[in-house]
Amino acid sequence: MTLGVTVNGARYERAVEPRLLLSDFLRHELGLTGTHVGCEHGVCGACTVLLDGEAVRSCLMFAIQADEHEITTVEGLAPSSGDTLHPLQAAFREAHGLQCGFCTPGVLMTLVPFLRDHPDPDERAIREALSGNLCRCTGYQNIVVAVRHACDAHSTPDR
Amino acid sequence: MTHTQRQIGESVRRNEDARLLTGRALFVDDVRLDGMLHVAFLRSQHAHARLSSVDASAARTRPGVVAVYTASDLGDYWRPGPLLVPPPPIAGLVFNTCTQVPLAKDKLRHVGEPIAMVVAESRYVAEDALDDIVVEAEPLPAVVDLEAALAAGTPRVHDQLPSNLAAHAVQRKGDYARARAQAHTVIARRFRYDRGVSAAIENRAVVAQWDPHAEELTVWDTTQAPIPIRNGLAQLLGLLESQVRVVAPFVGGGFGPKIMMYYPEEVLIPWAAMRLGRPVKWTEDRQENFFATTQERGQIHDAELAVTKDGTILGVRDVFLHDTGAYDPYGLTVPINSQCTLLGPYDIPNYESEFTAVFTNKTIVTPVRGAGRQHGVFVIERLLDFAAKELRIDRAEIRRRNLLRPEQFPFDNQILFQDSAPLTYDSGDYEPALDTALEVIDYKRFVGEEQPRLRAAGRHVGIGVVCYVEGTGIGPYEGARVTVEPSGRVRLATGVGTQGQGHFTVFAQIVAEALGVEVSDVHVITGDTREFHWGTGTFASRGAVVAGSACHAAAARVREKILELASHELEAAQADLVLEGGRVHVRGDPTGGIALGALALKANPLRGAVRPGTEPGLEATAYFGPDRGSTASGVHAMLVEVDPETAQVEIKRYVVVHDCGRVINPMIVEGQIQGGVAHGIGNAFYEQLVYDDEGQLLNASFMDYLLPTATDVPNVETIHRETLSPLNPLGAKGVGEAGAIPTGALFAQAVEDALAGSGLEILEIPLSPTRLFELMERPR
Repeated sequence: MTLGVTVNGARYERAVEPRLLLSDFLRHELGLTGTHVGCEHGVCGACTVLLDGEAVRSCLMFAIQADEHEITTVEGLAPSSGDTLHPLQAAFREAHGLQCGFCTPGVLMTLVPFLRDHPDPDERAIREALSGNLCRCTGYQNIVVAVRHACDAHSTPDR
Repeated sequence: MTHTQRQIGESVRRNEDARLLTGRALFVDDVRLDGMLHVAFLRSQHAHARLSSVDASAARTRPGVVAVYTASDLGDYWRPGPLLVPPPPIAGLVFNTCTQVPLAKDKLRHVGEPIAMVVAESRYVAEDALDDIVVEAEPLPAVVDLEAALAAGTPRVHDQLPSNLAAHAVQRKGDYARARAQAHTVIARRFRYDRGVSAAIENRAVVAQWDPHAEELTVWDTTQAPIPIRNGLAQLLGLLESQVRVVAPFVGGGFGPKIMMYYPEEVLIPWAAMRLGRPVKWTEDRQENFFATTQERGQIHDAELAVTKDGTILGVRDVFLHDTGAYDPYGLTVPINSQCTLLGPYDIPNYESEFTAVFTNKTIVTPVRGAGRQHGVFVIERLLDFAAKELRIDRAEIRRRNLLRPEQFPFDNQILFQDSAPLTYDSGDYEPALDTALEVIDYKRFVGEEQPRLRAAGRHVGIGVVCYVEGTGIGPYEGARVTVEPSGRVRLATGVGTQGQGHFTVFAQIVAEALGVEVSDVHVITGDTREFHWGTGTFASRGAVVAGSACHAAAARVREKILELASHELEAAQADLVLEGGRVHVRGDPTGGIALGALALKANPLRGAVRPGTEPGLEATAYFGPDRGSTASGVHAMLVEVDPETAQVEIKRYVVVHDCGRVINPMIVEGQIQGGVAHGIGNAFYEQLVYDDEGQLLNASFMDYLLPTATDVPNVETIHRETLSPLNPLGAKGVGEAGAIPTGALFAQAVEDALAGSGLEILEIPLSPTRLFELMERPR
């Protein structure tokens, strides 16, 4: 089957088997290996990407289901030139919101639409939003701090 | 000469983060090579069976399948794996070595044991072909329960042994029988402590490529110990060690099971790559991880504590069973950790500890974060709780009375630790840590005022406080090479692999401080045997202690070289030189001097002569090997509320007072502790591997095996104390496992306290809301 999809702003057309998972397509066909696979049954959230701006688990979708949709992966978050980070990525570095970093791309992609819809969440809301992403390293505490950092930085007028 | 820039002790932001946050960091499954083949393994569906035949002929003819291997196809390459950690020389020790095999030959010993390996053009095709393989196996009764494992008539996991006994060891200190005879009270209980999976979010993966021109094998491996894996693979494959390069790039969490296991997949993928002349990749899926990656399993302790009327410990006796799973390649590290860590921060003059390790038809047991230490902590802490209750002494007070005093260090426990060295605590200052924890959580006020008030209002609130020690930073050694490059940037290579501990930053801090450069200017390379090939690996909370000390030593030597050459170039005495901001200058002349990069060029001239007795370049390699480990310690305290209707436990506060000697980066240490506590909470209340009587794991997915999520884990309040270790130049002690060690004991104590008056005693971990409800309902 032929798949036409826009990923991080670039258009791709590929022949794919119907059973090819979106996560495998992104990682192994397009080489966008920033999207990680942790469980392949939709629990850990490491493979989360944006489909038309909303967070989805790319291990629970077939690539062909993304036909004529727009995908954003972690590689599409920061401007592609230089070492500039997306404000959320910068906040994660500042607050030590990652350790091994394997779950981090999925966490970021979960939080981007969450923060778009909830620009000033309290801790409980942040934890609820994060509850579909498993992290074994951080205990989540500094991820929560990082999210608050990102919100505070965003609301600072002279930023 | 002065140090002008403090880097050690600062919460420096991590060098590695930008790569990880943008998706650029390389993990093993990200490796893509031309012509790469993909592997799937056929695994045992039986916990215990006689394997009569494996017919792979249909699989071999499936389009896209390149090769299928069974045990009989491996020829001489089929051999049991090495004994990784020989047991310590304990007098009278019995140890039966039975290590894992690459592919099952005559017998299947646990669900998930590999039987056949399919190599195909894609992973999808490789998995399709698994269905083509016909296995004939005659199921045998499975050995599941570790008490039943030793009963007469029980089937044997290993036919060549007379029973399922894997090991038996007794360690003694003093004379427990005499101590018991003198005791006012003896507290005796039976405890069960089960562990689960490590659950690194990245599963294991191996990619191998044989270059026939260079005659070199490159292996990318999610291992915590790339150098031992390289050495072992070279030996297995008949290659020079220098012909094998093992790369452990970014690894998505280790927690123990990614140590140098020589897993079947780890030895088969490189072999297949050489045989087929094409790169080969295998990535574990989550279900495989539940069966095929090592775990930590249960122990049953029959323990007793002999105390005086005022709660002074006279002695402890503990007899326990340890489940080692189907094989025992990692020796006795886990049960010896349990045996040793039981002694905790307490002065226990008489100790008798006996354990029996048994084979069962379950996944292999090797260290998982804490590595058996939590079992020991659980036993002693619970015994102290029951003694306090019986003697009507406050829980914190009975601990205080038994803590070792600062003047007792170094303290010889008179038994052997897992590294075969005497269990001697290097340094410690325990009472102030206990005081701080009590103060921060406001113990007195809670127990005296708040708890009675809330209880009167019908609320079930409880408090817990437990102490622990952790043997960390053991030998044998690690090394590091520090090079100042002509750019002025510093290159630091070390052999340990990294799985999120912040090595790229912590090691850089140590070097940056010695050389007067920015942390971001130190480029750290870990886990690539081409870059550094002497060392052992990342385990036993030893990275910062052992590899960090090697970095320190190498940086100190480079510093000497810098000063020597700069003294010559600037015509000034070394004592008058200042090393800061990436330059050397004469004191009082900060704008003069010479940049380190320029000095590096001068140290490697193209013409002229290098002075006799000097080496080219500003580079040095150094090693560090401690005689024995340094002992970290801490106190955890927690407030909980239990809902008596649902048995749900809410953690209201969690306080950690932790002493890991010199803190190199407080931010990273706190992160390690927070993650460890979360892991410990999982172990205490959410995670349990459930096997049925046939040895089938019933919850091998993240839908059924519950990891704690963001809504289950509290914020941890961490307080650092720094009692320096005299065993290394940094004064450091390890921290990677600490958070996970006392959590089970703490959870039990706090929950029991919340349900005080009910007579409930918690003698087991893990709990769960369901299990706690059962215990609450049980008639007493």
